[in-house]
Amino acid sequence: MKTRLATAIFGLCALGFAAAPALADDPDSPEARQSRWQELEKAVFQGKTAGPSNGVVTLQAPERAEDAALVPMTVTLTPADKVKALWLIIDDNPMPVAAHMVFGPAADPHELKFRVRVNAYTNVHAVAQLQDGSLVADAKFVKASGGCSAPMGEGEEAALKGLGEMRLKLAGAAQPGVPVEAKLMVRHPNFNGMQMNQLTRMYTPARYIDKISVSDGAAKVFDLESGISLASNPVLSFGLVPQASGRLRVEVSDSMNTQWSRDFEILHMTD
Amino acid sequence: MSRAKAFDMTRRAFGAGLCLCCLPALARGQPATLEEVGASVFVRRGVDAEADAANLDGIANIGFIIGEQAVLVTESGGSLADGRLLRKMIRDKTDKPIKYVVLSHGHPDHFFGAGAFVEDAPVFIGHHNLPQALEMRGEFYRKRLIGLLGESNVGPVVLPTRIVTGEDEIDLGGRRIAFKAHAPAHTTSDLSMLDRSGGLFFPADLLFVGRIPPLDGSLTGWIAQLEAMRQENYGRTVPGHGPASVDFGPASDALLRYLTTLRDGVRAEIDAGGSIEQAMNHVAQSERSNWKLFDDYNKRNVAEAFSELEWQ
Repeated sequence: MKTRLATAIFGLCALGFAAAPALADDPDSPEARQSRWQELEKAVFQGKTAGPSNGVVTLQAPERAEDAALVPMTVTLTPADKVKALWLIIDDNPMPVAAHMVFGPAADPHELKFRVRVNAYTNVHAVAQLQDGSLVADAKFVKASGGCSAPMGEGEEAALKGLGEMRLKLAGAAQPGVPVEAKLMVRHPNFNGMQMNQLTRMYTPARYIDKISVSDGAAKVFDLESGISLASNPVLSFGLVPQASGRLRVEVSDSMNTQWSRDFEILHMTD
Repeated sequence: MSRAKAFDMTRRAFGAGLCLCCLPALARGQPATLEEVGASVFVRRGVDAEADAANLDGIANIGFIIGEQAVLVTESGGSLADGRLLRKMIRDKTDKPIKYVVLSHGHPDHFFGAGAFVEDAPVFIGHHNLPQALEMRGEFYRKRLIGLLGESNVGPVVLPTRIVTGEDEIDLGGRRIAFKAHAPAHTTSDLSMLDRSGGLFFPADLLFVGRIPPLDGSLTGWIAQLEAMRQENYGRTVPGHGPASVDFGPASDALLRYLTTLRDGVRAEIDAGGSIEQAMNHVAQSERSNWKLFDDYNKRNVAEAFSELEWQ
């Protein structure tokens, strides 16, 4: 677990910060931010670059976050054909890739809502992969800081209460073949390994959700990879197309290899 | 590269963020004056502003009670410097030993003054959840406050040495003081205090007057605690923020109205399938003219409330 964290933080840290000073004197200049993005882009997309969104992908994020540890962001997708995948990238976070979603046949990816942590004034990129494999991106600048190292509200013990508990809410009654909006909630503190214990001078070990997989019967809705950039008790809104099975299976795993799963009988949900 | 160093690299300027009471701001308060709100009970009113270098985070109501044998510090102050000012004010009034210092909860504007009293070797009294709250957040708050006030003004995080679980009582000599550890409300470590001889009530930040209350524990919990306190028919009260003393009934009416407006607005938004962003933009806006610093805290209160209530 420790090795994994070290890779995650140090690896991306080097990308996010070490590369910048060599390229620009002021790490906060738009040029330096752009060069950090280009480095990130290279690493995340293996050399491919993302083109302008042309209205296909739109990121909504607050200009200034009210609470850096809970920043709501919405990605709207209006492609001709369904997008294949989506990345939400917070450039200057220690783990910049907040979410990487790959959509399946039971997805209706038109609007996705995330709640993230923002650690420094940063650009945020939403990148969509289209059916032909090309990438398009939209970006916003967000003023917030301290969200990653911000301590949890409660103690460690309290924060781990109900770990892995899940809720699913649908915007309307589910019918096979008719797209519906869903909100998935998972109880998990997403400890980020950046909080120091005052007494022991040790960091609370990182423990965060790294995968969420949602399927309806045999049809995949999405696979999500995430990290410490998701806020604690992650909440994710997405569109899905209910299948005849009516059984939505959610599988969650965290960085300590704990797994949880739950089936929701969505054709019979009254909420 | 050490893990700590990586942490330093990523931790850039702490400008705005989680801290509830130390964002930079405008006002400079009047020179500190003491008000005698009850017999031998003195309160320094905090300024209704965010912490800054001029006010030294002296934004909470702090003070002391002088008994026959000992002095109790009701709230220590928002920084080492603020605590030192309080200590000097105590010494101007009495030579009796400072035997007790209350740490009312885990927010920086209330506990950083404690460092000024370490030399008196008092008993530091706190809620049973306070040690963990300070362990998790103390260092974070300290760094943030150092950025505003400079290291020499901030001082150490002092942990409680007497833990209150449920209720507790001490005697200052002819003057009994009762404590109550509350369930999560304003924070998860709220401690209230009653001066049994004078009848004066000290709810600390369970009661805000005039300044918008930040939510950092549980909204439904806070409403429940407030309603329970209202059954007790408390009279003269020293709120955590606001005038040095108020009547509990009318003062708690306003706070209860804000908290229930927040709760009902957020619940309505959740029931209608609304998003947290929508809720942040309009819930409780009817309360805007009733509270100082409303725009600095209401939206985050809505976000906190939303993430609590959507699980219910």
